[in-house]
Amino acid sequence: MSGRGGAALPRLMLWSGLIFLYAPMVILVVYSFNESRLVTVWGGFSTRWYRALVEDQQMMNAAWRSLQIAFFSATAATLLGTLAGIVMARWGRFRGRTLFSGLITAPLVMPDVIIGLSLLLLFVSLSRWIGWPETRGMLTIWIAHVTFCSAYVAVVISSRLRDFDRSLEEAAMDLGADRLRTFLWVTLPLIAPALIAGWLLAFTLSLDDLVIASFVSGPASTTLPMQVFSSVRLGVTPKINALATLLIALVGIAVLLAGWVLHREQQRARVARSASGD
Amino acid sequence: MKRAPGRERGFAQVARARLRWLVVGPPYLWLLLFFAAPFLIVLKISLAEAQIAMPPFTDLLRWSGEKLSLTLNLANYGFLLSDELYVSAYLNSLRIALNATLLCLLIAYPMAWVIARMPPGRRLVFLMLIILPSWTSFLIRIYAWIGILKNEGLLNEALLALGLIDAPLRILHSEAALYIGIVYAYLPFMLLPLYANLVKLDDRLLEAATDLGAKSHQVFVRVILPLSRSGILAGCMLVFIPAVGEFVIPELLGGAGNLMIGKVLWQEFFNNRDWPVASAVAIVMLLLLMVPIMLLHRYQARELEAR
Repeated sequence: MSGRGGAALPRLMLWSGLIFLYAPMVILVVYSFNESRLVTVWGGFSTRWYRALVEDQQMMNAAWRSLQIAFFSATAATLLGTLAGIVMARWGRFRGRTLFSGLITAPLVMPDVIIGLSLLLLFVSLSRWIGWPETRGMLTIWIAHVTFCSAYVAVVISSRLRDFDRSLEEAAMDLGADRLRTFLWVTLPLIAPALIAGWLLAFTLSLDDLVIASFVSGPASTTLPMQVFSSVRLGVTPKINALATLLIALVGIAVLLAGWVLHREQQRARVARSASGD
Repeated sequence: MKRAPGRERGFAQVARARLRWLVVGPPYLWLLLFFAAPFLIVLKISLAEAQIAMPPFTDLLRWSGEKLSLTLNLANYGFLLSDELYVSAYLNSLRIALNATLLCLLIAYPMAWVIARMPPGRRLVFLMLIILPSWTSFLIRIYAWIGILKNEGLLNEALLALGLIDAPLRILHSEAALYIGIVYAYLPFMLLPLYANLVKLDDRLLEAATDLGAKSHQVFVRVILPLSRSGILAGCMLVFIPAVGEFVIPELLGGAGNLMIGKVLWQEFFNNRDWPVASAVAIVMLLLLMVPIMLLHRYQARELEAR
């Protein structure tokens, strides 16, 4: 099976690429337990930076704020993005389709500084014309995050819808279910993993956004990335290493869980397939 | 019930039209209002003059006595084009983004190839390994490189200890650091479309080419490369476009000698508080990125096309 893929050089590139991707993260994790403030000096094992992190009230407030924004952004983006994904994958041509798919594609690549600036100018103009939004803060950050996250969710959902088996939907329709019912009871459960993946993606994107939030936030709504950024600009602080380690652990656990669920589902699908004699 | 099929269909059609509107309406309106409309406002403000007030720009339309006057101030654009700093920041960004994109392609292609040739179970594991880092904070992953690249950082210490260099290399704040940062952050965006493309490649085509006497480099150049063109295009656009406007990487890893336009826009807005010039910077950047965005859009539309 290895055939040409067994060529040594590409294989070496794969492993070096992976080392390149993971080495900085491993270093962060290791040095988060370093007693010394210096990156290159190992001062012995210690959890003092974790204590310092937890005691940093500003950081904790910002983290809590970011988690809230991420939760609500991901939820709204999953709703909007799922609708958009259905339109992209299932509707043929309709009037305004080119513009619609452009509105989905462009946010994926549009530089953050442009999205941030343009949304801020929109909010400023709106508040002059109609008096809303009165202040900038969590609400405006939420709107901004929903906007770009729903584009990502739409892509996840539509690519899932594109390569899945439509025979179950057709069966439901043949048995007399209408479109809405078919969607709610057949399609939705089938794309549930993509919904979860989309939600998680939106959650991490929102949690991670520095640039757009910096433009549209108000004075009292510093998010976690903004807080991290301002302390990083002052130089390397081991507290950030501790924070990074916690984030990496969180993502690691989530991915292991997701992988386990996915694996089980695949096993089950394989069993079902072999049972049906396929 | 069978006697009025026309009416029945009429109701069903109205209901379906409503349902369709309910599906497409919310995302369409949301994106129009919060993604498309703001660009018009940016364009408008790029034609205004800065003033010290809140908001810090003038209105284009003004009532003076009984006259409505429209003032379009093109000075912001003139300023951008005549000032060495902005022109070189644009050119720098395009050049650095282009080089970084090519680097990404060179690194990601063999990786994607090896993964695409693996048995399906193993493919998933390796794909996960590639994606996993991008699920943790982008900002923190870039920050990690500061500790590695700085003068008394890990890389220099290691090289000194090995005796490969006598004095620490100045990597942080150099252009090399920018490339490392961009390749590091955007590698998965290059790899995924390449993989999606290569995994669909039919093995029989390669076998046919080999049977017909093609050498392995010929198979690559004349069969594999042309067939993976759309994946290459998508990956390059996914890296190039955001890299041009990147802010965090030039801010944390770049230096004064390699200014990029995303950072200029940020400084114009936050430090100089000149909103009209910042808007003009954004509009010119958008114009430069228009063609790559169109290319990506065409690819994406084809990929997501209803079948």
